[in-house]
Amino acid sequence: MFFKNSLYAATAMSLITAGGAVAETITIATVNNGDMIRMQGYTDDFTAKTGHDVEWVTLEENVLRQRVTTDISTKGGAFDIMTIGMYETPIWGANGWLVPLNDLSAEYDAADILPAMAGGLSHEGTLYAAPFYGESSMIMYRKDLMEKAGLEMPKAPTWEFIGEAAAAMTDRDNDINGICLRGKAGWGEGGAFITAMSNSFGARWFDMDWNAQFDTEAWANTLNFYKNMMDASGPAGYATNGFNENLSLFQQGKCGMWIDATVAASFVTNPDDSTVADKVGFALAPDTGLGKRSNWLWAWALAIPAGTQNESAAKEFIEWATSKDYIELVAAKEGWANVPPGARKSLYENPEYQKVPFAEMTLESILSADPQNSTVEPSPYVGIQFAAIPEFAGIATEVSQEFSAAYAGQQTVEEALAKAQDITNEAMEAAGYR
Amino acid sequence: MARNVTQQRKIINTAAAWAVGLLIFFPILWTILTSFKTEAQAIADPPIFLGFDWTLENYQAVLERSNYSRFLWNSIIIAGGSTILGIIIAVPAAWSMAFVPSKRTKDILLWMLSTKMLPAVGVLYPIYLLFISLGILDSKIGLVIVLMLINLPIIVWMLYTYFKEIPGEILEAARMDGASLKDEVLYVLTPMAIPGIASTMLLNVILAWNEAFWTLNLTAAKAAPLTAFIASYSSPEGLFYAKLSAASTMAIAPILILGWFSQKQLVSGLTFGAVK
Repeated sequence: MFFKNSLYAATAMSLITAGGAVAETITIATVNNGDMIRMQGYTDDFTAKTGHDVEWVTLEENVLRQRVTTDISTKGGAFDIMTIGMYETPIWGANGWLVPLNDLSAEYDAADILPAMAGGLSHEGTLYAAPFYGESSMIMYRKDLMEKAGLEMPKAPTWEFIGEAAAAMTDRDNDINGICLRGKAGWGEGGAFITAMSNSFGARWFDMDWNAQFDTEAWANTLNFYKNMMDASGPAGYATNGFNENLSLFQQGKCGMWIDATVAASFVTNPDDSTVADKVGFALAPDTGLGKRSNWLWAWALAIPAGTQNESAAKEFIEWATSKDYIELVAAKEGWANVPPGARKSLYENPEYQKVPFAEMTLESILSADPQNSTVEPSPYVGIQFAAIPEFAGIATEVSQEFSAAYAGQQTVEEALAKAQDITNEAMEAAGYR
Repeated sequence: MARNVTQQRKIINTAAAWAVGLLIFFPILWTILTSFKTEAQAIADPPIFLGFDWTLENYQAVLERSNYSRFLWNSIIIAGGSTILGIIIAVPAAWSMAFVPSKRTKDILLWMLSTKMLPAVGVLYPIYLLFISLGILDSKIGLVIVLMLINLPIIVWMLYTYFKEIPGEILEAARMDGASLKDEVLYVLTPMAIPGIASTMLLNVILAWNEAFWTLNLTAAKAAPLTAFIASYSSPEGLFYAKLSAASTMAIAPILILGWFSQKQLVSGLTFGAVK
């Protein structure tokens, strides 16, 4: 009897022990972009190493945001890993909705993550999401058109120079616009651009008491400069142009300059898609000499919702997908230009990657962005092209709609700023900040 | 008295009808054409209509990346299941409203329709929490129930309209011959209303097939239908229009084919009772 019981106990123990190594199926919600789709293609490598299977849920960025927000705020448990950005991570981390990632393995080398990225994906010093790739924004310009205009692009130009260069490069007869910029309504579209641009003009969203600042001269200067330059040198209908519309214009040779996400560099230099692939130069996003440039900082990162049943397997996946080994894997199969950029210091120390034409400028742009200290005058929020508070997305969407209406000539800049001031103050008052 | 229509008038009317039809169909035609272009040709300015090198590379890429058959199967089950369930509930409901009306029948019909006026997002969180409690998040049965409930007012309204056209005397005669309530509905009313029921089912299948709010928000990997398949190819950062068009074409092809073959039934059903 004793022997029989011992046998049962031993069998039970071995099953429990084996349970720790049981292959799981993890469900990952992610965004549809080139780097993420590429990662899906290498899922077999992860499965071969760990035995875990992966189910992908790929969605358009805005749909994804709504979907994962609904799930995590209701503790739905539909996903084991969520792809989120720098806006959501600190807010969700503070809410206790995410699993802390401060116990990643020594081989993973968390200290190798670029400090700007790690800072933006942490709350009170705890990392809540691991960056898969990071981006800033920079100037992409046509070297041939710049030369034709008799100008030379400095490495770190001012807005004044950009305005002059845009006017000089504009050739309406040949359908060439001196500059293409986002004007589309939406906090992540035109709202992100104008907020980052306003930092360089000395503007900010809020003072230290959370009062809206759209009635300041700095905001008027920002919007007036943008509108005057775009009216003179931008494409028709720029008020509705976002990333994709400008990418299309630039690839077809219809933009002299484009200031947007560093990730676009790989698109505009790809000869399969771009007619100007061999004529593109890069420079830092412009400033006005006040000490802040107009580049932003963003990362698509992988986070684990608290309460997931597959936390261990999810951590294994995150360690695999954001590791140095994954970068090596992509480089070996598809070349260094296709590795996910902007997340790890070691990538930029790699001599092979340094040969990629946009590598140096991407790194410099990322390093010059500081989400903790993004404005000339002090501000109470973290974030460059956003303020990391839950109310921001809703407020900024409304404000950017007013700005877009001004770009389209439906109202004046002064009217748009006055409305933005009222919208923001009312919302902040309702939310209890004021 | 029939209106005397001249030959010239007929030609003008036909041409106008074709022009309107082509205008309505043009976005679908453009999507199909774009699906056979390269990404560079898809964004070409001026746009290329037919003079491009036709390629199947987008379809190949989509099939390599996504499990199309699983999305398709989920769509068939969800659209088909919600339609059948809806008809089972709506036929008796419409029968009672058409043949045994009460003082409040019109009010009930209007109230049912008024539920369609509520923005879906307004009840997203309650429904989501309910799904979590019932353990039916990301399940086909959950979506069958939700889509059935969403489309039920329209099904009841359509069937009610068809049933009103059927003379009540026929049902009375069946009752006098000893037919029970079940026999009356199943063997007398239903066969007479088959054209109306068929067109109602077809319309409901189309509505359920194209429903994108609930099917995106209540699914993850297991029960996601073709609407999620399309959403996975849309991107605000990257020009993947040709692949998106290929995915869209693959998603709408089954319902387009179904609509094409049943268009006579659909049109006659939808216009039934329009002229009184």
